[in-house]
Amino acid sequence: MTVEEQYELNIGPQHPSTHGVFRIKVAMNGETIEDLDMIVGYLHRSMEKLSEERTFTQNIPFTDRADYLAAMSNNLGYCLAIEKLANVIPPQRATVLRVIFAELQRIASHAMANGTLVSDAGAWQTPLLYMFREREKILDLFEMTCGARLTTNYMRIGGVAFEPPDEFYPLLNELLGELPDKVDEYMDLLSTNEIFIARTKEVGIISPEDAINASLSGPALRGSGVPWDLRKAEPYCDYENYSFDVPVGNTGDSYDRFMVRMFEVKESIKIIKQALNELPSGMHKTQIPLALRPEPGQVYYRTEGPRGELGYFVISDGGPAPYRMHIRAPSLINLSLLKQLAVGSSLPDAVVTLGSIDIVVGEIDR
Amino acid sequence: MSFFNQVFKGPQLAYYFKKISIAVFIFIVIVAGYFFSQLFFDLSKFSQFIFDFVLQRSNYNFAYFTSSIIGALGIISFVGLVLLVGSWVERRVIAKFQIRVGPNRVGPFGLLQPIADAIKLMQKEVLVPAIADKTLFLIPPVAIFLPAILAWGPIPWAPNMSYLNINVGILYVFAVSSLTVPIIFFAGWSSMNHYALLGSMRTVAMMVSYEIPISLSLLSVAIITGTLNFSEIVLWQSTNSIWLGLFMPFSLFTFFFASTAEINRTPNDIAEAESEIVAGYHIEYSGMKAGLFMAVELGNAVLLGALVTSLFLNGWFLFGIEKFVPPYIIFIGKTVAIYLLLIWLRATFPRFRLDQLMNFAWKTLIPVSIINFFVIAIEVTILNQFQSTGILIYIFALFNIFLFLGLIVVWSKIFSVDKFQPEKIQPKFAGEIGGLEAMKGVKSVD
Repeated sequence: MTVEEQYELNIGPQHPSTHGVFRIKVAMNGETIEDLDMIVGYLHRSMEKLSEERTFTQNIPFTDRADYLAAMSNNLGYCLAIEKLANVIPPQRATVLRVIFAELQRIASHAMANGTLVSDAGAWQTPLLYMFREREKILDLFEMTCGARLTTNYMRIGGVAFEPPDEFYPLLNELLGELPDKVDEYMDLLSTNEIFIARTKEVGIISPEDAINASLSGPALRGSGVPWDLRKAEPYCDYENYSFDVPVGNTGDSYDRFMVRMFEVKESIKIIKQALNELPSGMHKTQIPLALRPEPGQVYYRTEGPRGELGYFVISDGGPAPYRMHIRAPSLINLSLLKQLAVGSSLPDAVVTLGSIDIVVGEIDR
Repeated sequence: MSFFNQVFKGPQLAYYFKKISIAVFIFIVIVAGYFFSQLFFDLSKFSQFIFDFVLQRSNYNFAYFTSSIIGALGIISFVGLVLLVGSWVERRVIAKFQIRVGPNRVGPFGLLQPIADAIKLMQKEVLVPAIADKTLFLIPPVAIFLPAILAWGPIPWAPNMSYLNINVGILYVFAVSSLTVPIIFFAGWSSMNHYALLGSMRTVAMMVSYEIPISLSLLSVAIITGTLNFSEIVLWQSTNSIWLGLFMPFSLFTFFFASTAEINRTPNDIAEAESEIVAGYHIEYSGMKAGLFMAVELGNAVLLGALVTSLFLNGWFLFGIEKFVPPYIIFIGKTVAIYLLLIWLRATFPRFRLDQLMNFAWKTLIPVSIINFFVIAIEVTILNQFQSTGILIYIFALFNIFLFLGLIVVWSKIFSVDKFQPEKIQPKFAGEIGGLEAMKGVKSVD
């Protein structure tokens, strides 16, 4: 005689594979997930409300802390939004420097995402630490440029804060020389590993229709085979001048999302190489008033962050601070499909699916 | 000093001095080790000496009792040493795999780190959850040591150096190691934690499944050697001059893989999968109680090394080197090699899922083990027709190796892994598939 009974399992807020203080309340029957409830807000810091009290420039450090694994990309999105609102045109050199740093940040963020995904699949942190090796070098480059590694606060309205030092360029070139080999090494080690494929292939399949309906973006969308990349679709920072391609997956499973990130790293390397070749001389920022007062109006500016469409919606009432600021966080919206993906599967599959979606809780809770 | 530096180029001198001193140190260790090993070549003389010494002064029963207690203490202290050194080795070696340094602060090369860890763990409070079954909760961390130490009994360290030289050695180890199942189940059940319950349920399911392939592989060892005694199995391999691991590679693979499932090592560590159920059955244990669970896991990994060594790797024999080096050193060396292999696996592989492990056990390991067992039974029947096994055993070994490879190919074809061909699952590029235009066929469905 067997009695089947649902029981409740709290995954998080402290759990190795929730990537931060994120909580999933799971109703399980044996090893099968029957219901799932996502609870966010443990890392809420009220960024959007706080930013209404600070000037436009003072808000830049908040964006570092939203997606703390992609601070440069968040800085860039915010600065582009305010520049559009206030009609500030950054100098050409600043735009190219922004591209370089945003793409470096994308590589660092993808390394982190893929490393933690393989760790979630059970490889005892070895791939994570291997990917940290490359991420460390990128963070070193950030550190020598702006003094910070994680929360960089590097972009400014109308340019970038600092000119990279002289020793930056040889180190960057060295890194760009060895990165493709390192990416190939990871592909050799992981993408053909039988156990890794067995754990991620056909796990957490998102169909293209579902992905579009749920408004997914970034690798989570492209893994499903939808070639949507804002760098191509709505080019900003002169991305239309760079030649690169957009990798898309075949079936939309966790493995495809992993591979799309790997291929995107290679494309980012191409972009950085082109940007370095045509780095113009000149100023790295324009002079803007200390307390910038844009004309009353509103703007929604979206960029392609490492995790997807990163949008900043800012309303100005003519004052020195935004009247309202809202961040369209890609992690939160990508996460919305987790329930559909995880219900009916087992706990290990749900963990791998969550890892492949690549959430950053700082961005979800803001 | 500057003159000295100019003549000898200071940094280089220091460099060579370091190299030379290391070479001298290694030389001294080898020479001293040789004399030391000649002195302690056969440790059974010492136990014999103690036995005779006590026998002259009392009766036989007391002498037997005393010498067996001393032998048991020897085994227990060896296991304790293994736990201390092993945890250091594991952390350092995994650190090397992970491009880290590992523990290097406490003592030379961080060698005292395990002791510092143990002191830290002992200082910590042992928390018992309020709703836990307290008696049942406190027994398992202690009880789990029993099978981990008892199973070391019949291990043949060297000729005449086996603590329990019983003729049912394999059966004994098999029975004793099964004791782990209820203990782990009690630990998970009494914790009143769903993670712990999941972990213990997984352990039970996995151990029940994987004991079948283990017993099948041990059965093939038993039928070819005709004994269950560990020392005689080692001697059989030496008289027929073939390692059983070479003669039946599939049995070795089965035993090794299934044992990693039994002792919760990667890639089969689903009972305490960190990324899924945090720590599995010992999630609620804190302080030294958690430390005991971890220590037993480590000890079991070394025990697996010892079992594989004696059953499949010819025990204390190594191409005649056993005449110059104490045999138990060779035995320990082989054990450590297997243990390092386990560390390598742990540092490299992701983890299987429970259903994948079960599928592998029931659909691959057990049927192939049965085929393997029948083939070996036929070979044993043929071999028994001859006085000496001679060249025939090598022919059979070659046949078995090809059979092993063939069975892998056949089984991977049957349970097709074709869809996992890497070139078929590579991402495409948007440029190849026609960009966003290609996606216009995708309709939004509500």
